[in-house]
This record gives sequence, structure tokens and C-alpha cells, in this order.
Amino acid sequence: MSDTQDSLTKKAFTSPDRTAPDQPEGSRPSSRQAPLPDRRTFLAGVVGLLGTMAVSSCSWQEFFQQNFQKMTKKEVEQTVERLRAEYKQKYGKDFVVGTQGPIDGALFGYALDIQRCIGCRRCVYGCVEENNQSRDPQIHYIRVLRFRDGNMDPEESNIYYDPEEVPEKGYYYMPVQCQHCANAPCTKVCPVRATWTEPDGLVVVDYNWCIGCRYCMAACPYMGRWFNFADPVIPSDQVNPVTHYLGNRPRMRNVVEKCTFCIQRVRVGKYPKCVEVCPVGARKFGNLLDPNSEISVIIRTKRVFRLKEDLNTQPKFYYFFSI
Amino acid sequence: MARFGFISEVGRRLVTGPTAYYAWVGILLILAAIGVTAYVKQLQQGLIVTGMTSYVSWGFYIGNFTFLVGVAAAAVLLIIPAYLYDFGPIKDIVLVGEALAVSALSMCMMFVTADLGRPDRIWHLLPGLGILNLPRSMLGWDIVVLNGYMFLNLFIPGYILWKAYNEKPADMRFILPFILLSIPWAVSIHTVTAFIYNGLAARPFWNASILAPRFLASAFCSGPALVILLYQVVRKYSRFHVKDEALFKIAEMISIAMAINLFLLCAEFFKELYSDTHHLSPLRYLYVGIHGKGALVSWIWFATAFNVVAFVIFIIPATRKNFATLNFGCVLIIVGIWIEKGMGLIIPGFIPAPLGEVWEYVPTTIEILVALGIWSIGLLILTLILKIILPIEMGEFTKRTVASTQFRPTGAKA
Repeated sequence: MSDTQDSLTKKAFTSPDRTAPDQPEGSRPSSRQAPLPDRRTFLAGVVGLLGTMAVSSCSWQEFFQQNFQKMTKKEVEQTVERLRAEYKQKYGKDFVVGTQGPIDGALFGYALDIQRCIGCRRCVYGCVEENNQSRDPQIHYIRVLRFRDGNMDPEESNIYYDPEEVPEKGYYYMPVQCQHCANAPCTKVCPVRATWTEPDGLVVVDYNWCIGCRYCMAACPYMGRWFNFADPVIPSDQVNPVTHYLGNRPRMRNVVEKCTFCIQRVRVGKYPKCVEVCPVGARKFGNLLDPNSEISVIIRTKRVFRLKEDLNTQPKFYYFFSI
Repeated sequence: MARFGFISEVGRRLVTGPTAYYAWVGILLILAAIGVTAYVKQLQQGLIVTGMTSYVSWGFYIGNFTFLVGVAAAAVLLIIPAYLYDFGPIKDIVLVGEALAVSALSMCMMFVTADLGRPDRIWHLLPGLGILNLPRSMLGWDIVVLNGYMFLNLFIPGYILWKAYNEKPADMRFILPFILLSIPWAVSIHTVTAFIYNGLAARPFWNASILAPRFLASAFCSGPALVILLYQVVRKYSRFHVKDEALFKIAEMISIAMAINLFLLCAEFFKELYSDTHHLSPLRYLYVGIHGKGALVSWIWFATAFNVVAFVIFIIPATRKNFATLNFGCVLIIVGIWIEKGMGLIIPGFIPAPLGEVWEYVPTTIEILVALGIWSIGLLILTLILKIILPIEMGEFTKRTVASTQFRPTGAKA
């Protein structure tokens, strides 16, 4: 399994068809080599100017880092090493910064059983722990909307319900997170391609390439994206050291982040954390391309719907009714 | 040698002037310094110092940016009659309009940079070094058209003034294509800026095709209103001559633009009110408030009243041709459009949030100080440009005058 993973990783990061939209393959090596000294000297001046601006943890290597999709295998390795050292210093732990590529023949989809969800928010906090969201200020990828029975108008829903016990009589719950749209409005608008859809359907962000313009947040119809307005704070004893470059590695200030269906888990054959922690089994996850997967069977045999179908975002996140 | 003479003369002219000039520049420099200090604080602590949240993720900066793109675009209103219809009185003063466009554009760029979370990564936008996501991202296109417009507004007046400096006639066959190009280009900058918001299906308040036409109509009100005020300042403080006729002509154009703007507003109101869908919520937030929240309500009613009163002033020839009422109308329009196309456009786009929550936004002191600083730097740029180009255009600052002052350093020649 791990061998296959490795070769897939290489394929994912060097395969010509992934870089083709940016630049013709033939012109890449020369265009990348030739202007390098110029770029360095030019940027050196810029760095000098920015030096006084006290931008957090801005090392030279970090500053010059390329977009993840354009990195060579060697650059990826160097970046991972640098990040591991940085995290070790900050949190005192040895981190895994995975770069596993997509698994061939996988297209991930999600289904959530509205009838079973009890609104306990274990998924919300399980996600925060797994994905190293900032504890102060707080960021939650999952928001659980509570609806009154007979109503499905988000404007009348409430995410701040706080009863003694859930589920409450007369209400039902609908957790919402990134819907991993097939026709994602957020990736389209990014001016620097810092966010994109991976071949296995996961919508990811390169936190080191994001310029923090927040256009993707304006474009998302599901509140699926969150911004680190301040330096994210995670206590060292709570930080999860098993990470993926495009997923739950610790983020920096002033960049956008989002749910990745736990890319660090699903690419090594595990379920997303929210699926695992759900006490009532309301959350289902699997490969949409496999007709026998649980998710495919649910979509085929249950009554399913997707949020805001009228926007043609084509989410890979389905809601369904178990009976 | 000649070039050195030019540069030293520019330097000399920038640091000499009447007391009022020093006072004005001094005030702007102080405000700019305050703005820079506030911005440094924002860089040190992150955008947490602003009032923005993940719910309302754009605010005061982007509001000002949007307003100023309109001001920059409005330079075209002066170019069309000046060059195409050869309307002499406006032609004389078109360079001042282009100077205004340059300063408005530089403010636009400063405002988006201030809004950027990671200004240290701005090189990611440069094609070749980074990745500019064309043709997909409207923000990418906006960067292209704004920089192109900046180039045109520097190049055209630069060429004409360089010829004037050398006391040679400008070659119209060379420069006219650029002038003609700048007309659709001016339309494009405001259209593309409108498309940034317009293309987002997640935000019904912006996702209406009327947005780009309304942007243009309101820009053609606020930009020229600023120009009218600016020309009166220029002709008061310099020997530069601006005919009343030119100002009244511009005011006439404003009345037409405002009529269209108000008509489009009514069209928008009708559609939302009559169809009465959920898409009405942002408009309701803006004009009456929802769930007891309505930080913008009084602002937008003032803006609407200002625009209507200004429209009446500009449509009646007697008040349009009276400088007291004309200037009053200009101020009303500038403030009215600044509210309407700034906060009044950006904030309701985010309220209610896509899943129905109502989180309000109010700019913090830091944001207001940074914005004040950017406005000051923009006005400083405008002042300094005018300080140089007006004497060149009037023939007071040419190669010959520079040479003569160099040969007679005591300034014996009057």
C-alpha cells in the first residue's frame, strides 16, 4: 500500500497534465531556470522593503516558496523538511507533513443522514482537534444548523443552540461544512490559484501561496472557508502532529483555510475525523466512483438532496433520509 | 544635462510655494504618517485589528476601493468631449482630469494592498514570477485593467506634457490611438470591478446584471463632481484658466448620469420588492435593518436623500450655473455616492451570511486611520502632480525657462 502511495505521490506532483494549464510542458524547464537570478535579485529588493514590516515567521525559503502544484519533487521535500523543523521548534513535537497524492480511481463523496443527526456537535470539536484549527480566535469548519420542525429556511435556523440535552423535541439538525463542489465557485475566483480541486475531488488551499484577499470567502455559498485574522493559537499538548501539506498542518496568520475531508486521513485509507466521531453513524464517506461503496449505495437507494442545487455548484456532499 | 535640468527644476518647484501650499502638504504628510503607523500595527497583529470577520470578509477598504475606481473611470467623461467632439473648453483642462485618475488609481492600489492579508506575497500575482489566474479570476482581470489604465493615464499626459516642455506640438497621429483606447479602457475598469462582485452567485445582492451599469452611472456622477471642485481649486490657486462653460458642461453630464443612476436604483427596488424573495434580505438590511440590526440604515437614507437633492440641483439650469448651489450639489453627490458605492454596496453583500446569520460590521479606528492615510497620500500625489503639470501646460515651465534660469541663477529674468 505504501509503495503504491509513493509512486502515486510522484505521479501527482510531476504529471504533465496537472501542470499543463499553467504553462506548456516543453517551455517549463527553461522558463523556470532562466529568470531565476533576476527573480532573486528583484525579490531581494522587495524583501528589503518588507523586512521592516514584521510579517510573521518570514524566512527566505518561505518567502521564495513556489505554489505547491508547481514544485518539483525535490522542492516539495525541502519544504516539508523546513516545515517540520519550524513546527518542532514551535510545538516541540516531531511532525509528519504528508504529501500523499490522490489515489487512482478515487473521487471522494460525503453523505449525512439528517434523520439520525442529534446535533451533539462532536463532529465540530473532533474536527478542530484533528485539523489543528486555531483555538483563539476560534475557527470551526463544521457548523450545525438547528431547524424547527417543518422549516428549512437557513435564515430562521440557529447555530448557537445550547440546551441541557440533545436532541431537542421539535427540532432537527443539519451540519454544514465545505461541500467540495464539483463546480466550485471559490477556486474559480482565486487570483493566484492558491486553491484548487484535487483529482480525487478534494478542494484544498496552499496556505503558503494564499495572498489573503478573501475573494474565495465571498464566493462560497456555504460558509465553507475561514480566515486566520490573527496568529492561530493551538496549545502544544493539543496539536495534532500527523498532518498533510494541503490539509491540517499548522497555518499562519492572514490566510484562508477550510475543510479538506481530512486529506491527511482519507488519502491513507482512513475515514474523515467527523465520520469517525459521530456517535449515531449519521456521517458516511466513500468513493463515488466505486458503485459498491456505501456512499454510492446511499445515493442510489435513498432520497438525497444537496444544498442550494439552484446555484449549480454540484456539491459532493449529500444529505439523505435513512428511512 | 537637459534631463538633469528638468529633474532639478521639478524638485525646486515641489519644495517652493506659498504658505498655504506648505500647510496643505504638511497636513497631508501628518495624516499619511498616522495612516502608515496604523497600517504597521495591522501588519504586526493581522487583520484582527479590523472589524472584518469570516462573515463580513470585506469592509471599509474594499468599499473605498470601489468608490475610487469610479472616480478614476470618470476621467473618460472628460476625454470623450475633449478629443472626439473637439469641445475646446474641456480640452484645455483634460490633463487635470487625468492627473485625478492617476491619484485615484494609486489610492485604489493602496486600498487593495491594505486589505490584503499577505502583502509580502504580492509577487504571487506577477505573471512569470507567480501565477495570475487568468482568464478565470475577475480579480486577476481587474489587476490587468487597472494597471493598463494607470499606464494610459501616465503615458498620454506624459507625452503631451513632454512635448509642451520641449515647446513642440504633440503628434496627434501618434497619440490619438492611445486616447481612443483609453475611452473603452475607462469603461472596462469599472465594469470589471463590478464583475468582481457581480459574478458571485453566493451573494444575491451583487448577483444582479444591473450592477455594472449602475457602477458606471454612479461613477459618472461622483468622478466629475470631484473634477468640478478640483478645477475651482486649481483656478483659484494658480494662474491656470478654467472656463465656467467647461464646468457647466460637466455638471450637465452629471445630471444625465444621476438620472440614469436613480432610474436603475428604482429598477432594482422594483424587482426585489415585487418578487419579494429571500434575495430581498440584504436590501432590507441596508434600508430598514433585519433582526433588529441595521448599522447602515441612517447612512443609506442620507445617501439617497443627497443623491436626489443633488439631482434636482443639477437638472435645473439656474442652480446648476450658480457656483454656490453647484458646489453644494457636488459635495452631496460625492458623499452620497461614497456611501452608496462604498459601504452601502459591499456590506449588504455579506448580510445575511450565506447560511442566514446576521453578523454586522463596523470599521475600527485602525481601519479609518489607514483609510485616512491612503486618502492623504492620494491627495498628496495629486497635489504634487498638479504642481508640475500646470506650469508646463501654461508654458511657464519649459526647456527654455529651465535653461534661462540655469544660465542666470540669480533669476534676473522675470
